[in-house]
Amino acid sequence: MFRRFLLLFISIVTLHACSSSEEIVPTITDSFDRNALLVNIADNIIIPAYEDFSSKMGALNTAGETFTTTPNQANLEALRSSWFAAYKVWQHIEMFDIGKAEELQFKFYMNIYPVTVSDIEDNIASGSYDLNSVNNQDAQGFPALDYLLHGLADTDTAILEKFTNAENNDNYKNYITAVLNQMHTLTLSVVSDFKTQKGAFVTSTENTATSSLNKLINDYIFYYEKGLRANKFGIPAGTFSSTPLPDKVEGRYKNDVSKELALEALTAVQNLFEGKHYNAETTGVSFKDYLITLNRTDIATSISNQFNIASTQVQTLENSFATQINTNNTEMTRSYDELQIAVVLLKVDMLQAFNISVDYVDADGD
Amino acid sequence: MLMKRLKYNFKEQTNAAPLAIFRLFFGLMMFASIIRFWANGWIEKLYLVPKFHFSYFGFSWIKPIGNYTYLLFIICGASALFVAIGYKYRIAIITFFLSFLYIELMDKTTYLNHYYFISIVSFLLLFLPANAYFSLDAVVRKKQYQQIPKWTIDSIKLMLVIIYLTAGLVKLNTDWLFRAMPLKIWLPSKYDLPFIGENLMQQNWFHFAMSWSGMLYDLVIPFLLLYKRTRFVAFLFVIFFHVFTRVLFPIGMFPFIMIVSALIFFDAALHTKIINFIKKYVLKSKTTLLLAPNFYFPKVQRKVILSLFTVFFAIQLLLPWRSLLYPGELFWTEEGYRFSWRVMLMEKAGSTNFKIANVASGSYFSVNNTDFLTPFQEKQMSYQPDFILEYAHFLGDHFTKQGHKNVGVFATSYVALNGRLSTRFVDEKVDLYQEKVSFKHKEWILPFQSEIKIKGI
Repeated sequence: MFRRFLLLFISIVTLHACSSSEEIVPTITDSFDRNALLVNIADNIIIPAYEDFSSKMGALNTAGETFTTTPNQANLEALRSSWFAAYKVWQHIEMFDIGKAEELQFKFYMNIYPVTVSDIEDNIASGSYDLNSVNNQDAQGFPALDYLLHGLADTDTAILEKFTNAENNDNYKNYITAVLNQMHTLTLSVVSDFKTQKGAFVTSTENTATSSLNKLINDYIFYYEKGLRANKFGIPAGTFSSTPLPDKVEGRYKNDVSKELALEALTAVQNLFEGKHYNAETTGVSFKDYLITLNRTDIATSISNQFNIASTQVQTLENSFATQINTNNTEMTRSYDELQIAVVLLKVDMLQAFNISVDYVDADGD
Repeated sequence: MLMKRLKYNFKEQTNAAPLAIFRLFFGLMMFASIIRFWANGWIEKLYLVPKFHFSYFGFSWIKPIGNYTYLLFIICGASALFVAIGYKYRIAIITFFLSFLYIELMDKTTYLNHYYFISIVSFLLLFLPANAYFSLDAVVRKKQYQQIPKWTIDSIKLMLVIIYLTAGLVKLNTDWLFRAMPLKIWLPSKYDLPFIGENLMQQNWFHFAMSWSGMLYDLVIPFLLLYKRTRFVAFLFVIFFHVFTRVLFPIGMFPFIMIVSALIFFDAALHTKIINFIKKYVLKSKTTLLLAPNFYFPKVQRKVILSLFTVFFAIQLLLPWRSLLYPGELFWTEEGYRFSWRVMLMEKAGSTNFKIANVASGSYFSVNNTDFLTPFQEKQMSYQPDFILEYAHFLGDHFTKQGHKNVGVFATSYVALNGRLSTRFVDEKVDLYQEKVSFKHKEWILPFQSEIKIKGI
């Protein structure tokens, strides 16, 4: 009897050891093709968006050089418009907190708002600063440019004055150059890294906390909840505070762009969900298809519908969220509520259907 | 004749080896569990990082004790080792029971049925003569007992039978049997398993086969283990079932604990062989101890223990069914869900956010849960009503202390259960800060609205 047990025990241990070490890819597949999903997202969404952003960023950098060399009204306006063009494309890539972007904390150097004006002004006054420092994350990126190009003074003449006749005008110009350099360098590094890592990215489809599929989904939902819903709507509308905080809107110094940026971001979120190619009408394999394969068309449709409802509601708002908050905050919080419903659908229903391993919960279950 | 069969002989003696082996393996498993828990960094993550801890009703005075929590785990692990070798057994098992219980009561976020299992088994062990045979205590007193009262071993068997049968009975519900839920969600997501991930795990019939065989396993295995002629085959089933669930689900040490526990059903011959094997190849010891034939409890002690066990088992039989006293859908309200061997019956998730209102002026703001809870706590809080209420009170106290006036706490909550779309969970108009924490039915939980009802035990 005992010998039988020992034999049994040994064979189980060996079997278990073998099964966990072997890496045979099964040939029969009748479940969803997750590799095709990642390929579609990488080739048709992330890379085109990255490339577009990279070129817009290059143009912004050039416009910056032109302006700092010759600070005049025409060059200021050119710089502003390339700032906005790049800022809009940024809304399509902020959610990809993966690979190099995650490692470098890309989004923290590009889009922390509101900026701390005193930090920017102190940096400019002293002329010495380290933009790689975490303390300066709220003194650079798009929001810092927003301040420098729109918020330095009330009129364009007065703003130009800072870059021309003011005592430390060189410091102002240098700061613009430094901020743009930082953004440009980070962008080049993130984009080229993703392109070289793409092969590994699209094949990492296992259901583990560190696979690119799971990280992508987790980051996507986190971005939607935090970056989009909370930062662009909830926080300025005063959802988390006793009073509304209109100064915390995105693009507050340009002032009339917060709605356009937010809608751009919402479109990007919906496009990723539906697998819609960047800047095109074609669609490919998507999270939505995955849900449908899992027989959860109900969730898939609810999410698309809710994105549409939220988008319609946001379109009714003023171009400037700050104005909207100050005149009729109810509509702003209504937008937040519609966005929040989609959070539940993504975070509760979609995640449950995918049964994704979540990185932060690794304790035992029953 | 029938009466004679039903009558249990409390005077009967039996070989002590099965209980000694049970003690040894249980102690070793517990020691390994503590080491594993520590090595995974869970002491810090689950007990030291959180600023707020969810308590069991009436046990809010039991909290992690800062860095001394590590000491608590050292004590718990060391006592488990002492239990295993059977040295100063009585003190060791008391220490283990108390320290383990304390750990479990620190935060209910980490509640697992198998931690509850460990608590009650170690409670039984407090009273059993598990060091009578093959223990260091026996070496020290230079005497070991070959025979112990049969009911001591049977009490552990009874506990295991109750657990399996209850776990089987609660699987008799429509979600488990006719929708194959939640296995239909869990199994396909194991697509990355070698060989079976992309095919077997995706098959509808397989989800149903797993559900039904899981139910049958729980209901039948105790009898197969009790009956001598089916015992060996039953044990093969036990190993296969638990190893398979270990491969599929993140259930830690539990399967191994259940496998070694099931050994107790075997005859002493097997345990004696295991002991001889350990003596020969592990201890390499040839010392033989003076064998005293029989261990008996002193009369009074025996009476006390037996009455205590009667009460204990009556509670064990009844406690899982306390949910019947509550109205509404058990899986939805979870009133009476814990401590009832309802294992793996639900895939439930939620999103619950709170508004802090000034009930006089009507103004309010929302709470960012991550300010107070770890992601794991937030996940658990979001769908369990007693967590929601406890957290609401914490928030109410916190913001009152901060100087907010007329604080009211309101929750917006959505919960999804076993593949149904998420629906509203909590009545948004109820000020949870005014709701008392108790075992009474929570009126503020909205009724289960899905058209797909759950019928069953």
